[in-house]
Amino acid sequence: MEKTPANIEIIEKYCKGCHICVEFCPTKVLEMKGFVASVKNLEACIKCMQCELRCPDFAIKVS
Amino acid sequence: MSFDYDKYIRPGKLPHIWCPGCGHGIVMKGLIRAIDTLGLQKNNTAIVSGIGCASRLPGYMDFCTLHTAHGRAAAFATGVKMAKPEMNVILVGGDGDGTAIGGNHFIHACRRNIDMTYIIMNNNIYGMTGGQFSPCTPTGAKASTTVYGNPDPAFDVAKLAIGAGATFVARGTAYHATQIDKLIAEAIQHKGFSVVEILDDCPTTYGRRNKFKSVIEMMNRLKDVAVPVKAAEKMTAEQLEGKILTGVLYKEERPNYTDEYAKVIERAKK
Ligand code: SF4
Ligand code: SF4
Repeated sequence: MEKTPANIEIIEKYCKGCHICVEFCPTKVLEMKGFVASVKNLEACIKCMQCELRCPDFAIKVS
Repeated sequence: MSFDYDKYIRPGKLPHIWCPGCGHGIVMKGLIRAIDTLGLQKNNTAIVSGIGCASRLPGYMDFCTLHTAHGRAAAFATGVKMAKPEMNVILVGGDGDGTAIGGNHFIHACRRNIDMTYIIMNNNIYGMTGGQFSPCTPTGAKASTTVYGNPDPAFDVAKLAIGAGATFVARGTAYHATQIDKLIAEAIQHKGFSVVEILDDCPTTYGRRNKFKSVIEMMNRLKDVAVPVKAAEKMTAEQLEGKILTGVLYKEERPNYTDEYAKVIERAKK
């Protein structure tokens, strides 16, 4: 895994609050903040891209 | 690196209409990644659909697109392919559109082995029209029209496609996102009629009626039920009970319709 810190962008106007990204993140980086997903623990991100791949709403970008 | 989906999506079309947690968006992303991998050109690729939630997909895609009559994607797509055999033609739709209303078009496209790829998003129900049961609703499941449980057995879409003559048949799930693009890319590359069934989730009209507490429960079911074909070879009949095979299920080489029709044209010219 790369050592450079991840950058996670959540496009709030696309997020429908389905929880998929939160649930299937292997290192529990994300949480729901009210209706939309938000980043809770960026340092834990291993850039596995699981959230970006599974978000049905094109609302997460990990780089 | 983040994947740039935006360059394949019509500007201003997102957010899409699909409900929270609906897998159709995951499938659309897989299709986009497959198109990107293969380097398909926008003006040489047609994406065709019938009616239904899944059939809204072409509207978001910045390609040549057709949103047609219910169940008729295969008929319109056949027209496109016959007029322009060099085009990549991709059909998308749901289980009701594809196996009930469009069942006839589906089996004959398989039989003809016309060189197109059909992505069926199977969420076991008619979502858009109000949760009526489809030919893919499991026995016993509840739909708005089977409130006491569905008495019918469900179609196995992959078996149906193989039986009708499709020459490439694969199955994936909305949970297994990384596999979707690979299956679709392989299907598009196959010369002949290829079918990719994606087991999908409809939390709104199926999940709620069938005791799924959340989208996550539906996703976990897809995760648990899927067994890759290779792994299944080493499993016993008991272990495979209630499981669904995923991966490339069938592949054969057989003359395809557009090539055969070109020969008919040659013969007629003599
Ligand atoms: S998967 Fe996408 S739509 Fe669902 S909560 Fe996460 S960011 Fe929002
Ligand atoms: S009704 Fe079902 S199939 Fe239609 S968009 Fe909502 S979740 Fe998806």
